[in-house]
Amino acid sequence: MSILVDKNTKVICQGFTGKQGTFHSEQCIAYGTRMVGGVSPGKGGSKHLNLPVFDTVHDAVAATGADASMIYVPAPFAADAILEAADAGIKVIVCITEGIPVNDMIKVKATLRANYPDSVLIGPNCPGVITPGECKIGIMPGHIHKPGRIGIISRSGTLTYETVYQTTQNGLGQSTCVGIGGDPVRGLGFIEVLELFERDPATEGIIMVGEIGGSSEEEAAAYIKRHVRKPVVAYIAGVTAPPGKRMGHAGAIISGGKGTAEEKFAALEAAGVKTVRSPADLGSAMKAALK
Amino acid sequence: MNLHEYQAKEIFARYGIPVPAGALAASPEAARAAAKQIGGDKFVVKAQVHAGGRGKAGGVKLVEGFDAVEEAAKKMLGTRLITKQTGPAGLPVNCVWVEKPSQIARELYVSALVDRSRERLVFMASAAGGMDIEEVAATTPEKIKSVVVQPAAGLSPYQARELGFFIGLNKDQVDQFTRILAGLYKIFIELDASLVEINPLIVTGDGKVVALDAKLNFDDNALYRQKAIADLRDPTQEDERERIALQHDLNYVSLDGDIGCMVNGAGLAMATMDIIKLHGGRPANFLDVGGGATAERVSNAFKLITSSPEVKAILVNIFGGIVRCDLIAEGIIEAVKQVGLKVPVVARLQGTNMEKGQEMLKSSGLKITPVSDLTTAAKTVVAAAKK
Repeated sequence: MSILVDKNTKVICQGFTGKQGTFHSEQCIAYGTRMVGGVSPGKGGSKHLNLPVFDTVHDAVAATGADASMIYVPAPFAADAILEAADAGIKVIVCITEGIPVNDMIKVKATLRANYPDSVLIGPNCPGVITPGECKIGIMPGHIHKPGRIGIISRSGTLTYETVYQTTQNGLGQSTCVGIGGDPVRGLGFIEVLELFERDPATEGIIMVGEIGGSSEEEAAAYIKRHVRKPVVAYIAGVTAPPGKRMGHAGAIISGGKGTAEEKFAALEAAGVKTVRSPADLGSAMKAALK
Repeated sequence: MNLHEYQAKEIFARYGIPVPAGALAASPEAARAAAKQIGGDKFVVKAQVHAGGRGKAGGVKLVEGFDAVEEAAKKMLGTRLITKQTGPAGLPVNCVWVEKPSQIARELYVSALVDRSRERLVFMASAAGGMDIEEVAATTPEKIKSVVVQPAAGLSPYQARELGFFIGLNKDQVDQFTRILAGLYKIFIELDASLVEINPLIVTGDGKVVALDAKLNFDDNALYRQKAIADLRDPTQEDERERIALQHDLNYVSLDGDIGCMVNGAGLAMATMDIIKLHGGRPANFLDVGGGATAERVSNAFKLITSSPEVKAILVNIFGGIVRCDLIAEGIIEAVKQVGLKVPVVARLQGTNMEKGQEMLKSSGLKITPVSDLTTAAKTVVAAAKK
């Protein structure tokens, strides 16, 4: 078992024939992901990487029965690509693209919520999602993963790889890893993924990697306290980050003074989460928590 | 991206938001001419720097007469203004804004920004204007009211009225306030702002609602479609190395330590800083070379780090996903060829093409210590910096 994606997930790539789309589709195919085609407007009818190319996501879904999409479309067109995927009935939309304006994402999220409640968005600005040994949708290096027991949720890309690497080194492996992305307005959040992992029989423990800014880790802590019975290990990046460099002046007001790493650590600890101060200790702490 | 007060006020005026009459001056003589053009006998001379707290730092002066305007401008121009937000180096004052003083009956607060949890644009208002709003939020949150904008409908006038009556405006002032909020909303949407703040928004002696200050920040992700805004960038207000980093498309923040960091990914970059500190060292910078790093970009990043005289050792921490370790190695070797290497480097390469990258570093003959795990990497670089 796993969450979101498995060996039966049929995946298309939007922005398929571009440089990034090509490179990472090749990597996903090599990993064993069931790639069934791709979309590049104007190139419909041709073949790329031995797979059919379509002009629209609707065409791709009709011809292949795809249920997941991996988006590498450049930022100015990425919001449009997400909505196109949802409208074509894609269930798991993974948007890798970084640099999408916040105003665009506000519109996308409102539209998804109102009109496409069955579509799940992961990202943008994220490494993607992987169920080791079955399905890799994104830019993560496949070979560091190993099928196993730990569910991983992270706001960061490379820090997710670090976490994966450690759980592999510790012999734990991963059920599914979800990079939820670093943007302020994004698809799946910590809480939705925690809920999925809590229900997934293959997941025995959960590692959560947060960052400074916003209040989603604090909200996740409150959720964990009420609903999560599996052991959770957490790390928050940014203890040494200078205040005010990334967050706007009034940004702290709405979150009621939340946002610093220390406050997030405290909220998680109060919820019974095992926190680690060194990112190098995530794997060993998870191993200890499962004993 | 930040703007100067005068730039924000010019945008406000364009969107129908009342601001006091004023003019920009880059010399004492120009300041005198600006005052003459504005008319009257009293003036406010305001230093234009990208930082708050100017008043307490001597960057805002109320003066009488044209001679005094010239004198005040002369004292500010060409100096560096140090406020509680600038750090000890301060920021250069290259121009001043000369403004007609306002008669202040009341000081209010209004702002608009994206609320991450709600995923909506939110407007906030308070009758406690002119003070540190974070202080107000912490001690008397009941004095701040917010309304959430539904993206399909936009800001509705009733929402503006709700805020207007909450901060104690009368019917006529609420009408003025509603027009101001409509202007702020348009600025937010049309110009891709990330923060719009007026503190204080004042009610004048004769009942006019006026933006006495103006703060505008913009969404960096949207600058590609906001060329006019991007052109307002003032590089003199930015950290030298951060400015160079921006030119090379690098995500860089200067810090006050002595261990240079080159990392891919913002999260791992922060985690690398954290683990250096945990093992007794001090990071000199945050540097994310980004997802699409080319050998050239890595080379630029490496040069940027080595250009700081404070840096005693460098930690390279790369977990290859999109970024391939061989590209990183190529970039480092290229940079060292061009600028030399005076400090020890500890390199930890993991992920895509790590063997190839490590092999390239090893066979380059450079003084680079390869390590494979994060804790060892941190301990090694901290020890190297202390030598």
